Amino acid sequence: MSKSKQIGAGKPPKHIYKGVKPKNIKKTLIRLFGYLKEYKLQLIIVAICILLNSGTGIALNGFVKPLIDKYILPLVGVQNPDLSGFLTVILAMCGVALIGLLAGYIYNRLMINITQGTLKTVRDQMYKHMQKLPIKYFDNTTHGNLMSRYTNDAEALRQTLSQSIPSVISSSITVVGVFIVMLIYSWILTLLVVGMLVIMLLTVRFFGGRSSRFFISQQQAIGQLNGYAEEMLHGQKVVKVFSYEQQAKRKFDEVNQNLYENANRAHTYANMLMPIMVNLSYLSYALIAVLGGFLIARTPFLTVGALSSFLLLTRSFTMPINQMSNQINFIVMSIAGAERIFEVLDEPIEQDQGTVTLVKAKKDQNGQFQETTDADPQGVWCWKKPSGDGAEFIKLKGDVRFKDVNFSYDGKKLVLKNVNLYAKPGQKIAFVGATGAGKTTITNLINRFYDIQQGQITYDGIDIKDIKKSSLRRSLGIVLQDTHLFTGTVRDNIRYGKLDATDEEIEKAAKLANADFFIKHLPEGFDTVLTGDGANLSQGQRQLLSIARAAVADPPVLILDEATSSVDTRTEKIIQEGMDKLMEGRTVFVIAHRLSTIRNAQAIIVLEQGEIIERGDHEELIDYGGKYYQLYTGALELS
Amino acid sequence: MFKLAKYFKNYAKIALTTPLFVIGEALLEVSIPFLMAKIIDVGVANKDINYILLTGLLMIGMAFLSLVCGAIAGKFGAWAATGLAKNIRQNMYYKIQDYAFSNIDKFSTASLITRLTTDVNIAQDTVQMSLRALIRAPIMLIAATSMAFNINSRLTLVFLCAIPFLGIALFTLIFIAFPKFLALFKKYDKLNSVVQENLIAIRTVKSFVREDYEIKKFQDASSDIMNYAKKAEKIVILNMPIMQFTVFGCILAISWFGGNQIIQGRMTTGQLTSFLSYIMQILMSLMIISMLFVNIIMTRAAANRILEVIDETPDITPPKNPVTEVADGSIEFENVSFSYKKNDNYVLSNINLKIEHGQTIGLIGGTGSSKSSLVQLIPRLYDVTKGRVLVGGVDVRDYDIKTLRDSVGIVLQKNVLFSGTIEENLRWGSKDATMDEIVRACKIAQAHDFITSFSDGYQTYLDQGGVNLSGGQRQRLCIARAILKNPKVLIFDDSTSAVDTNTDALIRKALKTELKDMTKIIIAQRVASIEDADKIIILDEGQIAGLGTHDELIKTNDIYKDVYFSQKNMGEQNE
Repeated sequence: MSKSKQIGAGKPPKHIYKGVKPKNIKKTLIRLFGYLKEYKLQLIIVAICILLNSGTGIALNGFVKPLIDKYILPLVGVQNPDLSGFLTVILAMCGVALIGLLAGYIYNRLMINITQGTLKTVRDQMYKHMQKLPIKYFDNTTHGNLMSRYTNDAEALRQTLSQSIPSVISSSITVVGVFIVMLIYSWILTLLVVGMLVIMLLTVRFFGGRSSRFFISQQQAIGQLNGYAEEMLHGQKVVKVFSYEQQAKRKFDEVNQNLYENANRAHTYANMLMPIMVNLSYLSYALIAVLGGFLIARTPFLTVGALSSFLLLTRSFTMPINQMSNQINFIVMSIAGAERIFEVLDEPIEQDQGTVTLVKAKKDQNGQFQETTDADPQGVWCWKKPSGDGAEFIKLKGDVRFKDVNFSYDGKKLVLKNVNLYAKPGQKIAFVGATGAGKTTITNLINRFYDIQQGQITYDGIDIKDIKKSSLRRSLGIVLQDTHLFTGTVRDNIRYGKLDATDEEIEKAAKLANADFFIKHLPEGFDTVLTGDGANLSQGQRQLLSIARAAVADPPVLILDEATSSVDTRTEKIIQEGMDKLMEGRTVFVIAHRLSTIRNAQAIIVLEQGEIIERGDHEELIDYGGKYYQLYTGALELS
Repeated sequence: MFKLAKYFKNYAKIALTTPLFVIGEALLEVSIPFLMAKIIDVGVANKDINYILLTGLLMIGMAFLSLVCGAIAGKFGAWAATGLAKNIRQNMYYKIQDYAFSNIDKFSTASLITRLTTDVNIAQDTVQMSLRALIRAPIMLIAATSMAFNINSRLTLVFLCAIPFLGIALFTLIFIAFPKFLALFKKYDKLNSVVQENLIAIRTVKSFVREDYEIKKFQDASSDIMNYAKKAEKIVILNMPIMQFTVFGCILAISWFGGNQIIQGRMTTGQLTSFLSYIMQILMSLMIISMLFVNIIMTRAAANRILEVIDETPDITPPKNPVTEVADGSIEFENVSFSYKKNDNYVLSNINLKIEHGQTIGLIGGTGSSKSSLVQLIPRLYDVTKGRVLVGGVDVRDYDIKTLRDSVGIVLQKNVLFSGTIEENLRWGSKDATMDEIVRACKIAQAHDFITSFSDGYQTYLDQGGVNLSGGQRQRLCIARAILKNPKVLIFDDSTSAVDTNTDALIRKALKTELKDMTKIIIAQRVASIEDADKIIILDEGQIAGLGTHDELIKTNDIYKDVYFSQKNMGEQNE
């Protein structure tokens, strides 16, 4: 269970078509608008500016009619025409254009602030919430899945907020505005335009529908190719060893061909839509020219200026419709993304009803404990138990007991059955057993990564459910099976154990953990930057660092989950020495994968299928001749 | 990026035909406003209905033709682009199949997958877009400008001012914004790595109670993104006012100058209207060119990542006149030295070794003593740096690679099973094996019993990597798979580490009696696994530190003695 899942780097990076349909658009939108509340004033300005900006576009195309009919045509053939009216109109339109321009800039500028601000709020909230989620959540959710909420889903949200929504609003204003102007200029031509519009919308629906259907099958084909390539590349060395290249190529060709066929179909429809739409607008342009020409020539219903305006307006009519059909798909998609983000936010957080806290305290003249600062050298760690108005202090000793503990991860299959055990302060307790016997589970229960269903675990006599989780975990040092390092210097990584540790403390801890020797040989010593989970270090070195990290935290109780991977004997000896020094004077739980390291444990607990079947020290268990004996002599698999 | 063009191959014709239709479409589109001007100026002015209808029909016909051209161009564009993507993927995958182990070590699986899917998709999208826009936009630009020039050369001056202005402004924006976006992408990477590290190490975070510290780290990265994004976007949004300024400015300037010319009788209203239509066509084309430019720059990175995979030279190449038959399972190492990278320290130095056909060889040594490296040279998974390795008396580099690897089986330390049934997995060893042969191999590998204990037996489906099996069971299947190949040499690289000692002994016994004619090399941690080998090799830090039978070594070799007794003690102490 503690095995970390591989980051889903190889998984399809976009899950666009997976669960693309939002479950509850209305609810999600309301919730999204909740984030926009604090930008109320700015949003009002944005709305006004969008209105002004789209209005300007319409006005500039519409004003061609009065311009031609009123200011140009009457002057044709006039000697020394009076151009002042004409000039005034042009200058007035310049003013309108400038306002529109400015409005356009202002709303875009404001939208940047609103979008980026909102995104940061959402991101931060999601992360903050994620930190409070129980380990169980991380067990059941792949990293790739969570990561994509920070990347794909947040990106979709950004595009929607900053582009799609303003563009849909501005497009609808344009469409409505243009429609009104058209209607005023000529209802007959408007009828023609509406007719064309219906054809266009049907075209969009036909092609869009086809295309998105094939996009779904394309996405499945990508997933298939991805899965196949991932599995084969993962086993590429085996492929070579068995000279399996030809078969691997043939199978890949099949998958590849399938992807090509689906992609081709999906893209054909998508790629044809755009030129068809553009040309439909030209068709409508041509039709208007013919009908318009006829109307001017034969009827009094239309002027030359109106036709000119109309021809320009049809073009600004079709563009927003194209845009809207694109954007609305996108908005629906990003709402689905927002839902996935909210899903994380709605996940119940780790419960913590504990009231007992861990504090430093020292005895006053009366021999009573009084709370003191963490830095106080005379202070000792105490449990502070609130009682009445005051508090009771209990010295931390490291006495851990399990009473009749039952535990199950999924609520069905018991992983631990009726476990009773005790660790006295300063004792070293080792857990032994086959994979799945429940060794790691026991330690996961002590620090409350999971809560037990039945029984009781006490720590210095206090039920651990009454201890605040942060205090409980602070009192337990853990060296995990897989060492995880963070991007940063070696020093930073050790300091993770105690954030306010001085450089001397860090170097001391490194020395104690036997890590100082290799650190000094790194190019920059303690300031060497580690990247990619410490990829530039060997397994052994990473373990040494994690021991140093635990050492600087200086916890009274230690949980060591030995690494399974083999390191060479010399390093193993160094690690063992480091561990031994770290273990001195502490209560230690060791999950053993190699029996050689636990012979000196005060108690060895042998687990089988969640039950304790043997307990005793090494000699006792060997004499007993049970499971431990079999494991020790290699007659049983141990891992 | 343009280097990828050669992978059009069988789609090259379609890719080349696409621009023809695009050009046709663009030219037709450009002619439409011109005809429209005629309708207004000739037809409407003379009230000539016939002229209006005829010209109108011509226009409608052209619009239809343009629609057909556009649709075909769209179809062909998609066809060529997805075909190109298919070819690129195939080339990449084939190339990867030709990689040597050392090439595989260089790329991570995850990175190869991203290149194979995401990067190819990016390239495909850009190609598809380019096939249309890259041709269409310049043609529209030129054709519309010359049509406009044809109508009224003096008014075209407005365009001649506007085009360079817009062009320069847009490209300046791109050049200012681009580095800012690159900086922003870095910040995104940073945020991703914070989240990723946090997810991997969530237990560490929780056990050190470092949630607040992690939140702070995230918020810093998150604020960085906000600030950098604001900086970059602030520049990008300038493109809208610039574009609108140009469009509005042109409309107004043309209205004014055009209006004046109409008044003076030097221009017609129809011409003015078509002029205004051309403005839109020209400026839109310019906008599209600048967008395309950004896209191509962005795609360059993806294209480079693709080419890296294709251009990688496999470190192991087949010989010109390959030997296609392996005489027997004898092996010889002559002064072999080996390092994984050029100029790196040797992990094996000066190895001399002779193994006769049919012998069983044990190989032991501590971690880092290069046991695996030594045996991987035999099936030529890596090439020696110095000296030579002979199998059946011939240098391994002279064999046809398939011949060699079919004759030298190896059970890798990190072995993999694939999704599929147990039988399908076993058939990797031999495609046409009979069921009897499969069962025999599984019996030798002590796998038959547990396989038949499953309700589906040999048809049991294994999930990826065989996660539903125990480590020991997986190892036994891998051994059976290798035995099925019936090679002349079979190498076990620590392949029974998860198998319990009793089963391990049974496997060794079966190997001895059932596969007499095979040369067997067994790498093991437990001395017991190799005790009865014909010859035992002790490796220490890349050199042979001992060679002989168990009885000889136990007397003469200190390392062997050490290991033997420490392991023996463990067992005996309790008896």
